[in-house]
Amino acid sequence: MEQKNGTLLEIHDLSVSFRMYDYDEFRHNDIRRRLKQTDLQVISDLHLIVNPGEIVAVAGSSGSGKSLLASAILGILPDNATVRGHLHYKGEEMTAARQRQLRGTEIALVPQSVAFLDPLMKVGAQVDGHRRPRQTERRKSLFQRFGLPDKTPQLYPFQLSGGMARRVLVSTALISEAQLIIADEPTPGMSLNQALEALRLFREMADEGKAVILITHDIDLAIEFADRVAVFYAGTTVETAFASDFKSGPDALRHPYSKALWNALPQNGFLPIEGFQPYAGNLPGGCLFAPRCPYKTPQCIAEIPPIREVRGGEVRCQHEMNF
Amino acid sequence: MSLEAKNIYFRYNKKQSWILENCTLSVEKGECLAVFAPSGYGKTTLAMLLSGYLKPVEGQILLENKPLPKKGVCPVQLICQHPEKAVNPRWRMKQVLEESGTLHKDVLGAFGIERAWLDRFPRELSGGELQRFCVARALMSGADYLICDEISTMLDVITQAQIWKVVLAEAAKRNMGIVAITHNKNLAQRIATRIIDLSHSV
Amino acid sequence: MKGQHRFINRRTKVVIWTVILAIVLIFVYMFGILIPDEAVAGSFLNAKLPPSWEHFFGTDALGRDLFMRTLKGLSVSMTVGIAASLIGAVIAVFVGIVAATGSQYADAFVNWIIDLVMSVPHTILIILISFAFGRGLKGLLIGIAATHWCSLARLIRGEVLQLRAEQYVAVSRKLGKSGGWVLMHHLLPHLVPQFFVGLILMFPHAILHEASISFLGFGLPPEQPAIGIILSESMRYLSTGMWWSAVLPGLVLVMIVLLVDRMGEYLRAIIDPYSAQQ
Repeated sequence: MEQKNGTLLEIHDLSVSFRMYDYDEFRHNDIRRRLKQTDLQVISDLHLIVNPGEIVAVAGSSGSGKSLLASAILGILPDNATVRGHLHYKGEEMTAARQRQLRGTEIALVPQSVAFLDPLMKVGAQVDGHRRPRQTERRKSLFQRFGLPDKTPQLYPFQLSGGMARRVLVSTALISEAQLIIADEPTPGMSLNQALEALRLFREMADEGKAVILITHDIDLAIEFADRVAVFYAGTTVETAFASDFKSGPDALRHPYSKALWNALPQNGFLPIEGFQPYAGNLPGGCLFAPRCPYKTPQCIAEIPPIREVRGGEVRCQHEMNF
Repeated sequence: MSLEAKNIYFRYNKKQSWILENCTLSVEKGECLAVFAPSGYGKTTLAMLLSGYLKPVEGQILLENKPLPKKGVCPVQLICQHPEKAVNPRWRMKQVLEESGTLHKDVLGAFGIERAWLDRFPRELSGGELQRFCVARALMSGADYLICDEISTMLDVITQAQIWKVVLAEAAKRNMGIVAITHNKNLAQRIATRIIDLSHSV
Repeated sequence: MKGQHRFINRRTKVVIWTVILAIVLIFVYMFGILIPDEAVAGSFLNAKLPPSWEHFFGTDALGRDLFMRTLKGLSVSMTVGIAASLIGAVIAVFVGIVAATGSQYADAFVNWIIDLVMSVPHTILIILISFAFGRGLKGLLIGIAATHWCSLARLIRGEVLQLRAEQYVAVSRKLGKSGGWVLMHHLLPHLVPQFFVGLILMFPHAILHEASISFLGFGLPPEQPAIGIILSESMRYLSTGMWWSAVLPGLVLVMIVLLVDRMGEYLRAIIDPYSAQQ
């Protein structure tokens, strides 16, 4: 793979599939079908580039495989998953051993729920990790900025409210010296001010030359706080656009799906397009968006369009007329 | 003809501080009231109180000046944020719908439910598709009021627009009252006939 | 060979094993029932013979064929096991549901009873109960059933409490469904797998208790060819060098218990969602 200079993380043609028992098992009374295992592809041909100093939002609906992307980057997918494609961190190929080395030190995760905290360990000690006592000061200032009560470090995870837990989770990532933070839905449950504070902290990190991948289903949030937005659809990124493109309207966007998203926003048209996102295991052969696309041609259905650079962004679409 | 919350207070136990304090609101039939508040303002608690899932510690919820009925089909139905929690994972979707009455053909068309989905299990459908079933189930019960607690928060914006189109069209047809609880100001402005901003009143 | 391996995944293996085990168990059980009484009749000409082709397990002091007697004894044990664990499991479901859905006092009472039963050693309790009900098969069944429902009842109580807190149960009530309807349609179907796994895992315990109580002389009457009786009789002749009369029937008992236990574990592996995708 050709390397661009200075990128922090590069993902090319990443596919993740799970070995599963037959998806339709309950509809088949035939015992042989119930025992058959098949590969279910949940992420296909995904492209994503993260540069130092930027916040990249990965935006898509729930169940589109966004969280799996985080697991794939960190190498913490379950055993029945198969990963194909190329992952490069600072120009170096990511192997399983390298991922083990990087996670927790260079790359940190803000997980989705409190279930990721050790239930038997007090929050304070947990956030400090093994870096005590040096980190304690930084932790105190972080907790203060997040408005967490003074007693928080002495609490156990089950004693935290939803919003407190999120702030603690974000702190665990911010306290590390990580170059890249992957934040998986960090804001739900936080109040508006807390969410803004968390995002401000991410922004500060990015300004120091680090980078943040912000995984979210909330497109408004993505537009507001990210530099670039990768639009996720059916397990792949159909477009990587500048956040400003979403503000300037559908003409600045590159992919028909992104345009449809824009039109469906309540502050814009609130106009939905027809149809539903296809399921993993039931994906169309060519362009994944083709069945719902107003511009589809026989070629779209026949083959997967290549990724192309258009006006500084990337798009996976055949058509010229959109640009 | 209205659903009212009169000076309600709520907390789960006496050690806690109030989640809701002296909250009053009312919604008329044929009206869509958006309750706007950022996260952490007890919106879900308010939704559960209005639909009778919880009882206020003080104050009362009145439907046409009477308390909500305890038995039988409740005329105030709640649709919640996570549709996957609101359906029995062991049931086929057809059973889920039939729990609230006999299934008519025209229902499917009205809610954008495809026939093939009826034989599926909840885990085989996406959040947006499940939410359609929850909307359909609530409306099929013949409810007069619908409490929508962040029903489109977990969905992508296209699905959000699809769902709200269905809800608003059906509500207009039956002259229902809707309370839409949301943290999204743009959405509130788009769907509502009246907006209450809880972040100012507290 | 390697190519074939890939097609036998874990779930298939579990299913194959469960089927094989079930066949073995049914075979042993049917064989024991179908053996005529003459086959286990004594003849002093054959007394105290070591294992041979004619008598796989040898014969006992009265000249009865021990292989036939063991099989017959096993089928009696299995009858006791099935009946006792079935009764126990039904009690468990009933009690568990009552505890989880009834009043606070019912729950406290049930938990108190469970603690009480579990705090007394089972063997003593079974002996006492089976004495109270007049020894024999009936007393033993009641004794075993009355002591083995506790842990399953706790499990089911927990499960029902969790299910009752589910949102779809609350929605169902708001759609006008009665408590009974919810119990039948939402709660009970979820308990079916728990019930069967609990039942099967209770089974080996029941067999072992039956054997040990009979061995101690408090269980089945001595003329019944139960495993416990065979073992206790053989103890008397062990010092005369008749090792086979104790070792072989004992081994078979252990084998059957392990088989059933495995089957229960396998079934749990199929039903348990956390291991389902391996």
